[in-house]
Parts: sequence; structure tokens; C-alpha cells
Amino acid sequence: MATKLVKGNTAVVIGALYAGSDCFFGYPITPASEVLHEASRYYPQMGRQFVQAESEEASINMCYGAASAGHRVFTASSGPGISLMQEGISYLAGAELPTVIVDIMRAGPGLGNIGPEQSDYNQVVKGGGHGNYKCIVLAPNCVQEMCDMTMLGFELAEKWRTPAYVLADGVLGQMIEPFTFPEKAVTPKGDNSWAVCGTAETRKNLISSIFLDFTQLEEFNTRLQDKYARIEAEEARCEEQQTEDADIILVAYGISSRIAKTAMDVARKTGLKVGLFRPKTLFPFPKAALQRLASKPVTFVSVEMSNGQLLDDIRLAISCQRPVELVNRLGGNLITLDQVMDKINHIAGK
Amino acid sequence: MSEKVICTKGIYPEFPRKGPSAAPAATHYCPGCGHGVLHKLIGEALADLGLQDQTVMISPVGCAVFAYYYFDAGNIQVAHGRAPAVATGVSRATDKVVIAYQGDGDLASIGLNETLQAANRGEKIAVFFVNNTVYGMTGGQMAPTTLIGEKTITCLNGRDPLTQGYPLHMCELINSLKAPVYVERVAVSDAKNIRNARRAVRKALEIQRDGKGYTFVEVLSPCPTNLGTTSVKNNDFINNEMAKEFPIQNFRDNSATAEHVVRSTSDFSKEKLDAMFELADIPAAIAHNTANFEEAQVKIAGFGGQGVLSLGIMLTQAAQAADMKVSWYPSYGPEQRGGTSNCSVIVSAKPIGSPVVYHPDLLVAMNRPSLERFKNDVKPGGTIMYDANMGDVELPVGVKGVAVPAQALAEEAGSDKAANTIMFGVMLELGITQLPEAAFARALEANFAKKPKLIPLNLAILEFARQWVRKNVK
Ligand SMILES: Cc1ncc(C[n+]2csc(CCOP(=O)(O)OP(=O)(O)O)c2C)c(N)n1
Ligand code: SF4
Repeated sequence: MATKLVKGNTAVVIGALYAGSDCFFGYPITPASEVLHEASRYYPQMGRQFVQAESEEASINMCYGAASAGHRVFTASSGPGISLMQEGISYLAGAELPTVIVDIMRAGPGLGNIGPEQSDYNQVVKGGGHGNYKCIVLAPNCVQEMCDMTMLGFELAEKWRTPAYVLADGVLGQMIEPFTFPEKAVTPKGDNSWAVCGTAETRKNLISSIFLDFTQLEEFNTRLQDKYARIEAEEARCEEQQTEDADIILVAYGISSRIAKTAMDVARKTGLKVGLFRPKTLFPFPKAALQRLASKPVTFVSVEMSNGQLLDDIRLAISCQRPVELVNRLGGNLITLDQVMDKINHIAGK
Repeated sequence: MSEKVICTKGIYPEFPRKGPSAAPAATHYCPGCGHGVLHKLIGEALADLGLQDQTVMISPVGCAVFAYYYFDAGNIQVAHGRAPAVATGVSRATDKVVIAYQGDGDLASIGLNETLQAANRGEKIAVFFVNNTVYGMTGGQMAPTTLIGEKTITCLNGRDPLTQGYPLHMCELINSLKAPVYVERVAVSDAKNIRNARRAVRKALEIQRDGKGYTFVEVLSPCPTNLGTTSVKNNDFINNEMAKEFPIQNFRDNSATAEHVVRSTSDFSKEKLDAMFELADIPAAIAHNTANFEEAQVKIAGFGGQGVLSLGIMLTQAAQAADMKVSWYPSYGPEQRGGTSNCSVIVSAKPIGSPVVYHPDLLVAMNRPSLERFKNDVKPGGTIMYDANMGDVELPVGVKGVAVPAQALAEEAGSDKAANTIMFGVMLELGITQLPEAAFARALEANFAKKPKLIPLNLAILEFARQWVRKNVK
């Protein structure tokens, strides 16, 4: 086991390299730029392809090209860049192309600032571009998971032939923690049965999202929804801590889940039965696990750096069976421990 | 649109992708349209040059959106204007022959940036650009290439340069760049021009076959449907009016001297990756007793250039050397540009929650603004280390203050850049972080691994700081 100190954004690139990604295309934006920097340093050393694109529209379309040829490709950006990529991501979903997109969220709307926020939730988790599609969304909460989930992202994107996001924030991108390097390196096999690689065996293939016939497009859309339903059934991931006897369950992903975890520990010391539910996948949202928790008379608290975007999904998952409270900060501010404790104490009637 | 048969070499004999059709070998293009002619020329060249098994054809958005119905090669359909970016991705990934086929709205308007940037990078792609002076697919709106005075549905009185600007000359623009290998404008308006176009298409594809770089062929092309004219009159319009604005000529041919551009091949081996990340000689962790370890939350702040972030990194390295849980989180971006920066370090025996320190056990303030900003956040019973050169300071009650002449001591110890190493030594000697001595030395070795000459100096400075503490701090 090789352990080193590594920055979150660097861990993403390490994960991609060990996952056998051979193409990176990206455009600078704080707080995601180190992904671009590290890719520019390491991809060429491994003989792999790196291009600093002219825009995020170009990056995502370069990804579309490399993915069409069956290569493991990825890009990284932050809010404004992810917004620009949405057209391309819709095309990726429509053409069923695997690509990994890393979003190191910053505060918006507009230019906002470069502080951490989780306000890309809706544009990332709900589709974001035009059409009836969704992307797989993985939500790491430490430097180790920045790598591990990037690797998983490549696997799932390929398995389901759909774009996969790693959704993190400025804190996770910028922080350094001890990190254990992957145990194995993947040599991608490349499924050429559908790809267009400029070879004899793929000459017959076509990558496209066009269905002129309304019925055919409806059928395709239905097939996509079936695929998403299977992804929901098979790929939902979450972590639960002390939820069994909990009266109050904090729900949080990414960096907010670590603040929530500290709050849970502090609250438990004062005798309050507080648990933590952390979705590790945001699409698929771990609905079944949350529904199970909602069968008891608990109060949920969404701890998020956005305006209730996560809270909406909690309510949907449990069909509004239980109260869901909100603790949030916006604008680049992190949620503080005191804030979460106040909410917990308020609910507990203290 | 009515249909016309173009069945030829390099083109499928029938077009099932079109869907069920009474005329399975007829295209979707209007009679007299230039797209069909250009398809034929490209298809023929691909077949004659034996390139179909190594070619990826990219269909744009525009009337040629269905180019994939026809070309007997690998096909990719892409978003409006993005063909050069997609082509870049395909080319970099595969190093095969890649063709971007685009109209004037697609290439010169919505996709102008991608067009110029791919050309400027000298991507190994062949761009075929159909200039018919209008947006064909969407009903004949004005294009960047519409001639002055030419009437379209969005310039009913003719293009007026005062409000709509002038025709954009793509060959000329591309020719202003250094990287392109081949730039030529041709037309498909009569037999002689078509023969010339055939030669240019072949040339471009030969350059791709030989992997020499970027080629751009603009094709003046009829769109009788949207020009509201006949095929014959449209061809006259090309020869007499378009060709005046857009001269038919070769702009550049560097194919004789251009060399094959070699792309690297990917190495996926774990050995190479592990070597690149220098995983071979990671020293074993330093054992120490963590039974009573209390989580230590540290904030370090000062001017950029005072080694604030790297002092935080050194502490993080020391913690990691001692196999502790640790996190480092910097202030990032413009805040740094303002001159001050800070970082949070948390050292713990248990998994760390939020990596941001709001109430530090230890504040290291390298300058007065940082001291003033954070001193009231320090936990009761906590410590503030600050540079003694600030002079008199007021500290909150219940907090221990240690004035360290860090800058002066560093200079005395032989380096004016090592005030942070002095602070590091003071931290060690005061025992605030509860980390073993060996971990601090290890941290310095790791921190200066790229400049090994500085290691002995900094180890000496560390020791110097510790002696200063023993003599001066009770
Ligand atoms: C983002 C986006 N905007 C607009 C359109 C609508 N659209 C389809 S084709 C086209 C014009 C294409 O014209 P041109 O590139 O000149 O090709 P031609 O049809 O003349 O061959 C437009 C604007 C689209 N598909 N996507
Ligand atoms: S509208 Fe114009 S460009 Fe489009 S197919 Fe018809 S003639 Fe060709």
C-alpha cells in the first residue's frame, strides 16, 4: 500500500490514469484547474493524449469524439464551465457515450465566486441539458474517494454507456489528505462493437442521437428510461452511520457530510440520537435506503451548500412522509458546526 | 425536398439509414444541390485512396446532417458547429483519417471558434466547408458568407454591411494561421470547376493519409432552393458573383515539405505509473503512542511569500509521517492575490470531519493583519504564535501568546526565507501538535525533496528554533 499526501484535484487525475483513461480535454477554471494542470503533466508522460481546449464547449465535444472511438476520456470543470457543457452532455447521453465529467463546484449563479458551494446539484443530477436523460452522479467526500470514484465513474459510464459525473466542491478539490494509490492499473479493453474507430470492423458503425421518426424517438426515450430504472435498481450507493436508533437523521453528501458527521458525534455525546445518511450516488439517488429510514418517526435534516436542491430529492424519495428540515450556507461559505448543532437542538426541543 | 441519385464509389449503394423509402438509392438533397456533388468527390477519393477502413466521417448540423446516410466509412453525427472539436477528440484518440464536413452557418458562425482553434493547433483533420451563402437547412437565413446585397429571408432587402457586416472569408482567415498544411477554395458550379474540386479533395485526403496535418477545402456550392433560383442560374451566380467575393484559388500547399505528425502511444502499465508517482521508496511510518492524542486544529496565516501554505504542508507531512489522520485546506484563488493567505491543518487519531478550522488550538500568525483577523477565534487555552517583529500586540484573555522573532532567527540561522521553518521548530518544541520529533525531520526531508541541498540547512534551522524555545519560552 503506497500512501502519500495528495490534493483532491490531483487524486482525480491519478484515478483516471490508473483507470486507463488515455484522453483528457479541459479548460481552466478555479477551483478545478489543478485537474487540468496535473493532466497536462502526467498524460503526456504516459504517452496519453492531453489537449487544453478553447472552451468547455470544445472540451466536452472533444470528449464526444474520443468516446465515440471507444476511448476512456474525461474532462473537469466548475459551475460556469459545466453550464457551457450541457449541450454536449445531452448529445453524449443521446448517443449513449461513456465519458467522465468532474465538477468541482463553486458558488453561483453567474460568475459568483470561487468559494465552495453545492449548487450545481440540479444541473448535474437532473439532466441539465435538453431531453429526457440523466447521468450517473458520484459524490466523494474525501481525497481517497476523489480517486476511487473517478475510477468507478469510468467503469459505470462504460457499463451503462452513459456519461458519469464526479460531483465534488472547491474544498474537496483543494484539500490535501493522505491517499493510498490504486492497487491495480486498468488496460482498457475498448468495446468496438458500437464505437467508430476508423477501422475495418467499425466501418459499419454510426454514432448519432437523431431519430427523425417520432415513434422511433419515443421508443428510444423509453429505452433510455428503462436503462435509468435499471441503474436505479443496481447502482445506488450510500453510507449510513448510527441511523438505527436515530430520531434525527442528517442527510448530506460531499464536504457537507463531513461537517454533518462531526455534528453527529458532538450530538451523540450530549445524548441525542442523531444519525447520518450520506448518498454516495446522487443519481441514482439511494431512495430505498432512505424510505426504509422514513418508516420510523424520524426528522430528516438536509445539510447542503445549496438552496434546498438536495432537500427536494429527500422529500421525493420519502414521498414527504416525514419532516425534512434545511441547514445550508450559500455564496462560498461552509456550513458551520454551530449551525448544525442549533438545528439539532431545536428539533430535539433543547 | 425532392431527391436525386448519387450512387458512386465510397458511397453506400442504398441508404437504409434514411428509413423506408420508395427510392432507397436517392439522397435527401434538393435537385441541383452542391452537397451531393461534394459527397461524390469525397466518396470517390476515399475509395480510390483505399481509406474507407481507416476513416471517420463527421456529419454536422445543417443540410449535411445526414451525411452518414451516404458515406461508406465510420460515421459520427455531432452538435451544431462542434465538428472540429469532435474531430480533434477522434483524431487524438485514434490517429486515423478524420473528416469534418460542415456548412457555412455551422463552420463560420456558431462553430467559428472551434474552426479556428482546431486549424491553429494543426489538428490532423480534413475540413470540407460548403459555402452556399445561406443557412440551407433552416430555410435560407443570412449566413456569415452571404454576399453584400444578396437577399435572404433575414435580410429581405439584401445584406447591408452597415447593419449586417461583410462576408466572412474563411480561406483567407485560415490562411493567416501558421499550422495549416493545405488551404484551397474550389467550386462545384461547372464541369471544369468540379474537376478542379476533385483534385483538391484528393489532395486533402492524401495529406490526411500521410498524417501531415490540417487541411481546409472551401467549396462554393449551389443551394437553388433557398436562393430561389434554378440550378443553372445558381451556378452562374457562383461563377460570376461568389467567385468575385471568394476567389477560387489555392492559398497554401505545404504538403511537399510537411512531415508526418507522430502521436504518442499510450502506456497503461502499473509499473510506469508507479514509477511516475515515485511510489517505490515511501518510508515506513514513524511509530508513536496515540492513545491520548487530542485532535489538534491549526490555522496558519500571513502574507503570500512567507511560506504560510508550505508551513501547513510541512505540518501535514509530519502528521502523515507519523501515520496520523490529517487534512490541509488552503484559502485559494483571488484571496491569495490580495497578499494574505491562510490554511487549516487538522491532525487527529480519528477520521477528520470538516477540514476547515474555525476555532484553532494553535494560530500561527506571520503578520499583523492575520493576527488581528483570527486571534479572537482561538479556543480558550489555545496558543498564538506570532512574529515578534509586529511589536506590541493585544491578545485575547485565556490564550497563550508566544512571540517568535521568526524572521530574525531565520536570518541568524542562515536563511532569510526560512521564517516558517523557525515556526515549525517552535511548534515541535512546544509540543502543541503532539507529534514525534522524527516526524518533523521527515517532513523537512519530504518538503525539500526536490532541493536536497536545503535539507541540512533546514534541519539546522529547526534545531536552532528549538534551542531558542528552551532558552526563551517558559
Ligand atoms: C444549437 C443549435 N442552434 C440552431 C440549430 C438549428 N439549425 C439547424 S441547421 C442550421 C443551419 C445550418 O446551416 P449551414 O451550416 O449553412 O448548412 P447548410 O444547411 O446550408 O448546408 C441551424 C441554425 C441547431 N440544430 N442547433
Ligand atoms: S436547402 Fe440548399 S443546401 Fe439544403 S439540400 Fe436543398 S439545395 Fe442543398
